[in-house]
Amino acid sequence: MEPEQEPATFRAELREWLAVNCPAEMRDGGNTEESICWGGKHWEFSSPAQKDWLARAASKGYTVPTWPVEYGGAGLNRTQEKIFHDEMGRINARPPLQSFGIWMLGPALLHFGSHDQKLHYLPPIARGEVRWCQGYSEPGAGSDLASVQSKGEDKGDHWLVNGQKIWTSYADQADWIFALIRTDREAPKHKGISFLLIDMNDPGVETRPIKLISGVSPFCETFFTDVKVPKDQIVGDENRGWDVAKYLLTHEREMISGGAGGLAGGGRALGAVLSEMRGGLEDATLRADAMRAEVDALAIGLTLERYKDQAEAGTGAGDASAMLKYVGTELNKQRHELIMSAGGSDALAWDGPLGNRAGDWLRTKANSIEGGTSEVMLSIVSRRVLGLPG
Amino acid sequence: MSKLVMSEDETMLADAARGFLDGAAPVKALRDLRDAGQTHDPKLWAEMAQMGWTGVLVPESAGGSDMGHTAANILAQEMGKTLVASPFISTAVVAATALKQVSDKRAQGALAKIAKGELTYALAVDEGSKHDPDNTQMQATRDGNGFRLSGKKCFVVDGGLADRLLVLARTEDGLTLFDIPADRSGITRHPQNMIDDRDAARVDFENVAATGEDVLGQVDNAMDVLRPAMQAGQAALAAEMTGLAAGAFGMTTAYLKERKQFGVTIGSFQALQHRAAHLWCEIEVTASAIFNAGRMLDEDPDNATMAVSLAKARATATAQLAVQEGVQMHGGVGMTDAFDMGFFMKRARVGAEWLGDYGYHAEVVAKERGF
Repeated sequence: MEPEQEPATFRAELREWLAVNCPAEMRDGGNTEESICWGGKHWEFSSPAQKDWLARAASKGYTVPTWPVEYGGAGLNRTQEKIFHDEMGRINARPPLQSFGIWMLGPALLHFGSHDQKLHYLPPIARGEVRWCQGYSEPGAGSDLASVQSKGEDKGDHWLVNGQKIWTSYADQADWIFALIRTDREAPKHKGISFLLIDMNDPGVETRPIKLISGVSPFCETFFTDVKVPKDQIVGDENRGWDVAKYLLTHEREMISGGAGGLAGGGRALGAVLSEMRGGLEDATLRADAMRAEVDALAIGLTLERYKDQAEAGTGAGDASAMLKYVGTELNKQRHELIMSAGGSDALAWDGPLGNRAGDWLRTKANSIEGGTSEVMLSIVSRRVLGLPG
Repeated sequence: MSKLVMSEDETMLADAARGFLDGAAPVKALRDLRDAGQTHDPKLWAEMAQMGWTGVLVPESAGGSDMGHTAANILAQEMGKTLVASPFISTAVVAATALKQVSDKRAQGALAKIAKGELTYALAVDEGSKHDPDNTQMQATRDGNGFRLSGKKCFVVDGGLADRLLVLARTEDGLTLFDIPADRSGITRHPQNMIDDRDAARVDFENVAATGEDVLGQVDNAMDVLRPAMQAGQAALAAEMTGLAAGAFGMTTAYLKERKQFGVTIGSFQALQHRAAHLWCEIEVTASAIFNAGRMLDEDPDNATMAVSLAKARATATAQLAVQEGVQMHGGVGMTDAFDMGFFMKRARVGAEWLGDYGYHAEVVAKERGF
């Protein structure tokens, strides 16, 4: 690895690299569902620019800037990471790639995986070649996640997996799934779960989209029928999958809270968005609500920064992710309520003059459910931070 | 900018402050002052001076400890936790910051006295029920080489006892800031019986003589001196209110763990757990804004406007939530004077109004954010 660059040098070189390599079409912030590049074997790029941007960013490790270089990242430290986000924000660049591999599986593998597993699974995530989905929830295991019933029978060199997962986001377009599977039915519920990696192309894996109130089907049901999962496709120890699951959940919650609309300061002010939609912000109620939302958004953004700084300094509060998930998702729902309000009747048709605002608005309603409901987050804070009886 | 993590020195300062204040100024000290009909404890102020707190923003050249705004905020936050009654913000933060903008000898002398704990100040800006400095009506009319000040100021926090007043008045082509002794002829102070049991006064000015020497900064350019001073004060007040919220919250969670109803501790009820957890989240988020405001004032003061107003807005909302939840979760006992929660609620209301309320600061944020 290169010796670490001075922040100013790093910023200057990055700025120059972005000027040359980030296509103009990729400089619109990319805040809508349609602008996301998810990658994977089934991925169809929406434009040549999107394809180029992914390839160029991946070649520098910029799809996963903080991952080690040997696993496809750019090995940036915290200061460089801040500069990276600054500079990306400065030109309003879209993220070149977004995926559950980046947000969830990657951090879990970096923490719990063997070196061989990291070398095998991480670089294809970084290059956007393999798309992952998450097999956590089951029809009978939502907020009570640890009561998963999908089971894996030990058959010597493999587990024979049977069961059903629900809310498997984008499973119909994913190449692989990371799943919580019960491998010991006798143990207490948290102690008999393993974290398995399963190829969606394996015989016995079926998936079916679920149509949502937003009219689209980002979530699926996924069925496992006598699926053979080789023994080396486990992360962490057998029956210790809950540790991996919990670790991954903290990253998932941070991802969901961070998604609450450019909170880290680079994003546009909600009030400015609403003002543009309405040609001014004369409506006193809307303006007051927008100001409150803006004050909260800025403070939550600073909290994200503070917690990252604390984590780096090793002084982080334990269950910060639950708090961030709660405040971030509640705020995001509020933002979209206000956007719908500003849009008025123009926002009520699926293909109205403002685009699919309704779809985005409806989608946010899942924010405070997925990855642990707001109520579960509050219970976590109550038990683990406040020490109230659980 | 420095990271949003407490340095070792900052952690030590907070711990030392807490240790001292728990002994010297618990909430009971405020209660005792009130019961004795007083608003200020000179002995406590002298001790604060000895520890370098009154000189926290005074340069070392003038005998101060010069620890900066983050440190001042840390002290204010710790004071807020036990509702410490002192002119710390008026004197050690607002006045010290104003005097620092001016390099003359008189200002240096005043700073040295502040550091020693020998001089207190109050800020006389407000004229109506809401903070609105730009709309100041009080007149300072030219009189030979000097001025004559006439008008009324209200909600002059710490103004009943302060040695000197920073007075904002309208001059020919703008606003001018005067630094005058509180006992000058023509000044009448009317101490108010405040709900938070702290010092605040209405102050009448009748043809009060002021010389050019009494002007802090430039004539017609008060804001060059006053804006940084008010921002420093707003940030420290926000820190105090966040401390206040944390204090009320601490009492409340402790109560949830001991109070029994229906044969169990009430902290086992999910309805109360979620209210308490929500409050904790709000305090955490606000603490980030406070931290950021301190860092900005220390490292990039010319661009600290949004950070300061964000901190004051958030702290105002959070403190008000904390005291309302505090009383509600304590039930009937929270309504009694014998219990401390009421002191928190009343101070939160006063802090909410001082130096600009939620709406005032949210407007500043909105403007800075382009709407």
